[in-house]
Amino acid sequence: MILGILGLQGDFYAHKKMGEKLGIETIIVRSPEDFEKIDGLIIPGGESTTITKLLSRYNLIKSLKKFHKEGKPIFGTCAGMILLAKKIDNHPDQFSFGFIDISVKRNAYGRQIESFEEDVSIPIIGKNPFRTVFIRAPKISRMGKSVESLAKHNSDHILAREGNILVGSFHPELTEDTRIYEYFLEMVKRTKP
Amino acid sequence: MEKGTLRLKVGLAEMLKGGVIMDVVNVKQAKIAEKSGAVSVMVLERVPADIRKAGGVARMADPNKIKEIMKAVSIPVMAKVRIGHFAEAQILESIGVDYIDESEVLTPADGESHIDKFKFKTPFVCGARNLGEALRRISEGAALIRTKGEPGTGNIVEAVRHMKLVNSEIKRMTTLKTKHLSNEAKNIRVPLEVVKLVFKTGKIPVPNFAAGGIATPADASLMMQLGAESIFVGSGVFKSTDPLRRAKAIVDAVTYFDKPDVLAKVSSGLGEAMKGIDISTMDEKDYMQTRSR
Repeated sequence: MILGILGLQGDFYAHKKMGEKLGIETIIVRSPEDFEKIDGLIIPGGESTTITKLLSRYNLIKSLKKFHKEGKPIFGTCAGMILLAKKIDNHPDQFSFGFIDISVKRNAYGRQIESFEEDVSIPIIGKNPFRTVFIRAPKISRMGKSVESLAKHNSDHILAREGNILVGSFHPELTEDTRIYEYFLEMVKRTKP
Repeated sequence: MEKGTLRLKVGLAEMLKGGVIMDVVNVKQAKIAEKSGAVSVMVLERVPADIRKAGGVARMADPNKIKEIMKAVSIPVMAKVRIGHFAEAQILESIGVDYIDESEVLTPADGESHIDKFKFKTPFVCGARNLGEALRRISEGAALIRTKGEPGTGNIVEAVRHMKLVNSEIKRMTTLKTKHLSNEAKNIRVPLEVVKLVFKTGKIPVPNFAAGGIATPADASLMMQLGAESIFVGSGVFKSTDPLRRAKAIVDAVTYFDKPDVLAKVSSGLGEAMKGIDISTMDEKDYMQTRSR
């Protein structure tokens, strides 16, 4: 199994380190050919506007759509979640793939000074709480019927899944806890022929 | 719920990796920067090249201008304060700036000490010419380090010198005998735990970006290949003849820094870069990089 990490901008090396920690082969994805080699893709945190621009300037939108059509799993964190959403409430003109039936609001908690970390219970990965790290984070403002919520912080859904698409508004790559990666890698394993 | 932790401060720098942070002096420039794909903008009254020309005391930008820019763009907004000027930093924190640059580009306010950055929830970036400076700033609470270079010159030579020096000093530190670490810590005036971290990991404990004199996509690629994790562009964009095009080209060059064919393409037909200054013709008293140690 080879895990791809979209490496246009953002903290993609932090994700790569998590894959390596779990003994998984990882590659940084920056060109259309890279998609041929990978079984699952992580879209990292970073600036969603920057990543979107680079995707379009380097003809990667088509490759990513094809990758999704083949049923291969994609995990988007923070900016990655914004890119995978159907609609961006406060930036309706910004491009997004719409692979998961959610609407999001960018920078919904406020600016950097409102960034926070907190222990949250995520039952699907086990009993022990998970340290969630939110940095200028987006919120899921609407969730379609086919989308399953996997975790909540207060009244907000922060981890959600629809089919082979997993999204989170926080940064598991900034902790030492690999459990969410193990969950995603299980998704990848199941789809691998 | 915890806010203002080191993890959150360093975390935002992590999100800015592989990106370009551009100096801007007004809303129009900030929008151009965002449109080009900048990951963040840095607000100043004047870009470094104009600070050099204007002379006098360079201070924090007008809070009103910073707020206007925060409203106009969706990317993080940084602003500079004078070295040691914690009151300017308190003002920037109160208006909600995302990152504070305690910067040698402005006229220093304290000749002795830097700001105690642990007192703030807002993260700080600081410049460094060598490993000692970098680790002293980190020990004061900086969550991001950048080379100083020689700002406002459009000349990359000093940023290259600083990046290479930091890297070679890190390498040297990892080869020290364990019993010599405390002496090393004393020599560079840094807490022993911080020296031990570098000794163990072979890198500084926060992200390391490049700044000071970057004017072309090739400059950006050069700094990335030397180990920078992102690029600050000061005067280089808005002192050129076609800012949007050049800004886009530098953004692309940071992502594809190791792909010469992409660099060739984005470097073509950009119009004139900023004129720049040959450092060897400069008077040392005009250096900005020596304003803090």
